Amino acid sequence: MLAVIVFCALAVVAIASGVAVFRVDSMARATYALAISFVAVGAMLLMFDLDYIGVITILMMVMEMAIMAIYMIMFMGMNPALMPMSMVHNNRWALILSAGTFVLLAAGVLLVPWPAPAESPTGDLTASLGETIMGSKMLVMLTVSPILFATIIAALVLANPRGRYDRWGDDLKRRSPHDLRRGGLGG
Amino acid sequence: MSSLLNPAWALLAAVVLGVLALVGAGVHGMVIARSEGRSARSGALSPVFELARLLRQRRRRTVAADVLLWRVGCGGLVVVALLKTAVIPFGSWILADIPVGIVWFNAMDVLLWAVLWLLGWGANSAYGLIGGYRFLSQAVSYELPLMFALVTPAVAAHSLQVSEVVAAQNGLWFVVWMPVAFLIFCASVIAFSSWSPFGTAAGSDIAGGILSEISGVDRLLVLAGRYALLTTGAAFAVAMFLGGGAGPLLPDWLWTLLKTLLLLFVFVALRHRLPAIRPDRLAEVAWIIVLPLALLQTLFVAIVVVVGR
Repeated sequence: MLAVIVFCALAVVAIASGVAVFRVDSMARATYALAISFVAVGAMLLMFDLDYIGVITILMMVMEMAIMAIYMIMFMGMNPALMPMSMVHNNRWALILSAGTFVLLAAGVLLVPWPAPAESPTGDLTASLGETIMGSKMLVMLTVSPILFATIIAALVLANPRGRYDRWGDDLKRRSPHDLRRGGLGG
Repeated sequence: MSSLLNPAWALLAAVVLGVLALVGAGVHGMVIARSEGRSARSGALSPVFELARLLRQRRRRTVAADVLLWRVGCGGLVVVALLKTAVIPFGSWILADIPVGIVWFNAMDVLLWAVLWLLGWGANSAYGLIGGYRFLSQAVSYELPLMFALVTPAVAAHSLQVSEVVAAQNGLWFVVWMPVAFLIFCASVIAFSSWSPFGTAAGSDIAGGILSEISGVDRLLVLAGRYALLTTGAAFAVAMFLGGGAGPLLPDWLWTLLKTLLLLFVFVALRHRLPAIRPDRLAEVAWIIVLPLALLQTLFVAIVVVVGR
């Protein structure tokens, strides 16, 4: 009984702070409202005895939100991030898309023939959950991850304004790199 | 080793944490007094005086501050430190010996990313905001080495449970064969507590940065929170690397206390002995030298564990 109440309370917190993301008028508040939503979801995972996944969710999401704060200063021109601003735009299409996504996912929940649990998982819950979700699709995952990694590297190489030839010279033979900002390694 | 504890003991844990943090602050007061040519004893009580002063001080306000987020930032440090104590063993007692205790500790220090940035953001002051961003850019440098430093004892103990890690050090303390991980962990503790030499987020060159606008009880909470974070960091280092409560003659809780205090004193005393490390210069060093070192340390331990089986 108590567990049900706590679970429902966490669910309400997750949804309410998710709604708050679009209602507040500051990037900082929106960012951390989203963080609270994720923390509540992490706590709900803890209630399924998925200790590792729950705690890691909290860890990753809070870190992600903080990184977002770095990016919002780095890339938002004129720093509107520091001013009050509306968190919604393109309202009509956003509503259509979000309602459509919700209907699709909800229909999926109701219509998919879920497999009946053969036996309750024994031993390590995290491991058996991983087996169930990923077991037959491991090849796909193994293919996807190097592609994702290569994409990240490629994007960084393309975005980097100063590559190694700028730093180390045309024949890469400079003894210490020429950095615009001094400090760190090699002056 | 872990005996199951009544949750009511959490109250006592908070008191112990508070007393240790106060002792740490007292030692800092003594260091300051010595450096100013007074006797060390005259500085020992300075945190108590400061506490009384800040409790009576009226809050200063700033224009258009984001008060909600600011207060969250001010109170957050102490809350994070208290949440950390849940998985820190005190002798053979531990409040919540969860199977993923190490990950819990790590998740809590990631919360500090949010807390310290909010502290800088909330005041709506340029110096505060610069301080908050200094902390974040420093965090990007120390967090991955910290994670691998925490992974290393877990690899050796085959477990993320803190009590198992302590038990695995029965023969040999982990600090002996993973000194690099120990040093990285200690440096990270100082860094996530925003303590010098990693304290530029609150540096005097930006008028105190994240501390510049906070006053009264808010300031008290933040300053106390920093000492509490240093304390929990020292206590966790004792459990991870220094054998927990292991030691001759004395009971295990007393050994835990002694080792924790010793490490805390080192952290506190380091503050005025090293030059400030700028986050922008730290990044390259952390990613090109320290992170590979941490990985090599983990690799070494993993090989020893596999070969030793």
